[in-house]
Amino acid sequence: MNQALAKFSEDQWQGRDELEVLTFEIAGETFALEAFIVQEILDLLPETSVPGAKAFVGAVINFRGKVIPLADIRLAFGMEATKPTIDSRIIVIEIEIDGEPVLAGIRTDKVNEVTTLLQSASEPPPSVGMRWRTDFINCLVKRGSEFIILPNLQVIFSARHEHSAIAASHG
Amino acid sequence: MSFPDPIAVFRTEAAELLEQIEAGLLDLNVNLGDKDQVDAVFRGLHTLKGSGAMFGFEALAAFTHHCETAFDRVRKGEVPATHALVTAVLEAKDHMRALVETPAGDHEAMSEALLVNLRRAVDGSGDQATAPAAAGPAQTLFKIRFSLPQNAMANGTNPLPLLDELRDLGTCRIVADRSGIPSLDELVATDLHIAWDVELLTTEPRSAIDDVFIFVMDDMELSVEEIAIAAQAPVAVAPAPALPATAAVTAEPAATAVAAAAPAAASGDAKAAKANENVRVPAERLDELMDRVGELVIAQSRLSQLAGGSGDLTLRAVSEDVERLSGELRDTMMVLRMVPVTHLFSRFRRLVHDLANETGKKIELITEGETTEVDKSVIERLADPLVHLVRNSCDHGLETADERLASGKTEAGHIHLSARQQAGEVIIKIKDDGRGINKDRVRAKAESSGLIAANASLTDQELYQLIFQPGFSTASEVTNLSGRGVGMDVVKRTIDALRGTINVVSRPGEGSEISLAIPLTLAIIDGLLVRVGNGRYVIPLSAVEECLELSVEEDMRSRGRSFISLRDSLVPFLRLRDLFRTGTKPDPFQKVVVISTGSERVGLVVDQIIGDHQTVIKGMSKLHHDVSTFSGATILGDGDVALILDVGHLVAEGQQQEAHLRAAG
Repeated sequence: MNQALAKFSEDQWQGRDELEVLTFEIAGETFALEAFIVQEILDLLPETSVPGAKAFVGAVINFRGKVIPLADIRLAFGMEATKPTIDSRIIVIEIEIDGEPVLAGIRTDKVNEVTTLLQSASEPPPSVGMRWRTDFINCLVKRGSEFIILPNLQVIFSARHEHSAIAASHG
Repeated sequence: MSFPDPIAVFRTEAAELLEQIEAGLLDLNVNLGDKDQVDAVFRGLHTLKGSGAMFGFEALAAFTHHCETAFDRVRKGEVPATHALVTAVLEAKDHMRALVETPAGDHEAMSEALLVNLRRAVDGSGDQATAPAAAGPAQTLFKIRFSLPQNAMANGTNPLPLLDELRDLGTCRIVADRSGIPSLDELVATDLHIAWDVELLTTEPRSAIDDVFIFVMDDMELSVEEIAIAAQAPVAVAPAPALPATAAVTAEPAATAVAAAAPAAASGDAKAAKANENVRVPAERLDELMDRVGELVIAQSRLSQLAGGSGDLTLRAVSEDVERLSGELRDTMMVLRMVPVTHLFSRFRRLVHDLANETGKKIELITEGETTEVDKSVIERLADPLVHLVRNSCDHGLETADERLASGKTEAGHIHLSARQQAGEVIIKIKDDGRGINKDRVRAKAESSGLIAANASLTDQELYQLIFQPGFSTASEVTNLSGRGVGMDVVKRTIDALRGTINVVSRPGEGSEISLAIPLTLAIIDGLLVRVGNGRYVIPLSAVEECLELSVEEDMRSRGRSFISLRDSLVPFLRLRDLFRTGTKPDPFQKVVVISTGSERVGLVVDQIIGDHQTVIKGMSKLHHDVSTFSGATILGDGDVALILDVGHLVAEGQQQEAHLRAAG
């Protein structure tokens, strides 16, 4: 497990000292995604829910004529749902899943800024003291008094969300 | 727009050439005396060799050269065209395809074997390549002057191999004419400014020179002058005419500079562009365009809404114009994706030719309606099922020549492949005049493998459909071609996925006919737009039988059993509200959409039927691959997304859920 984690962190940094990222907030936590995978930042759009889909990707949106899934990272991290505010945005990203590029939207409470994170300030996720699945996180980067979470989207998107799926089908 | 990768351009071009060569060979096989086809095959081989060498496919060029030489001899009447030769070159052609696709692979042994084959086919002896050289009685001096268009190198033509080929013809003196080169500051490195004067002493006829330039002929300027017949002295002319030796030397560096520039700029496809007025466009660009058009249609419908709500007449007029234009644009776009089935059918000529050889039967393939146009993505997916069906007809359907003669038929069996359009569908028929499907054997086989109960009463059609079941084969012996029972179920699955149907007609002793009815396009369907809770969904109209209201009493009664009686028959129904867990209050008057899935009729209970809807289908994301209830999604006029129901899966899902409920209750 530790080796696997080390590999994730290495993958993220790929020998680089700095990462250019977009930071955003979900349920009071600050997350960051590498800036190059971000396609666009949108205001909230009308959502169409997909009955029977994993709750984590329970809806689709119309992104410039394409129908793309809208993911809610909150559910992967077991966070409380928050009401949409005037700051709520959808970040459209393109990531590779099983060798194919996949477009997806991520619902966020607020988009902050594009910034640079230093490798020297990063730490692998601690194996105890976290209520989140450690393989969902690439690394934590300390900035000031807070931690920025770099989620591992590949793992999150391809993981089975057993509890949420069951919750959806019995709910 | 970026330049296409020259290697990729060559590959596409080579694939087309190989297809032409194959078509020519197959035609030649039918009529061995057809001089035009001999020429066509020769030209194809020659062009392939030339452009292969130009793009660095050395092995291909060397190998093709031998085939070309063989056909050259046929062309000159030195050897006759035989079936053996055609077969040998057909095999060689397959090898050429391998050489084009994997030039780095290990092809030596294969090349050798095929060439031995080829030589044997031509004259049984060994080396024929040297034949013309040995004869060499009369030599002719040609004065050749040629220049290529300025952009020739940018289009992938390299003049150096042309010069080399001239040198191969005989003793050669080449002088570069550099008068066309502009001053240095105007010089574009990738342009070609040099013309060449060549004096060639050769035993070859004038046509050999034309052959060198055969694939650049149309763009270039070429003058060939026949000077004198110098039968006596073969080499004497070498130092002869008044050409300063320095010129010959200086020509070299200039030519090298040209060669260096060539690969850097090589690109484009001038040949394809001029051959006919077609433009080759990658399919994904068409898909992108389709997306844009889809967006435009959505934006336009928003504009219409705005215009409709405002009193501004000018705005309304503009909005109407945009509406008309975007509608036309969408129609044009759909046509762009349509391609004729010619391409699909042409590959079966080869297949049938090979199958005839393998089975020892005489088979004639007749095709019809090749100009029928079908959506490109449909064509691609039709290829495999058709191969299976044609194989099956050749292998199981048609009898051997002796059997045919014994039953009073012609010696050669016929496979009839036809395509036509009919009301939004394309009908593809595969017909043979063979022995037909043996119903008793199908029944016996189905009973023994437990597919049907013994003595079950089935219509002929139901019986024939059994041959598409996985693992079903009535062939008593497994041949190399078919009989393993794999294949026909693939046909069924692919056609189902294309939302098509299969129909089988067979008469014992007279043959069978399998027709496939497939929608013309996968990109647009007619749908019925319905509302369930807050969500809107599209039901493919092809599956819808009728719509009716769920009467209050039937609604009440159906708590215990979910059936409605429809003209004396009971139709089970599913409440989509429950299935989709909408969590909203049902509308007071529920509607039932009766759909048919195969032989079953099922009612879907919805809140509201909105109307029919031209549905542009968008695929579901990879992240939703686990959701089988929906086959895709579409974007509605107001920009919202509606999901398209996959009726078959939906019913299966509903049955599962009910089974769960029963088990729980």
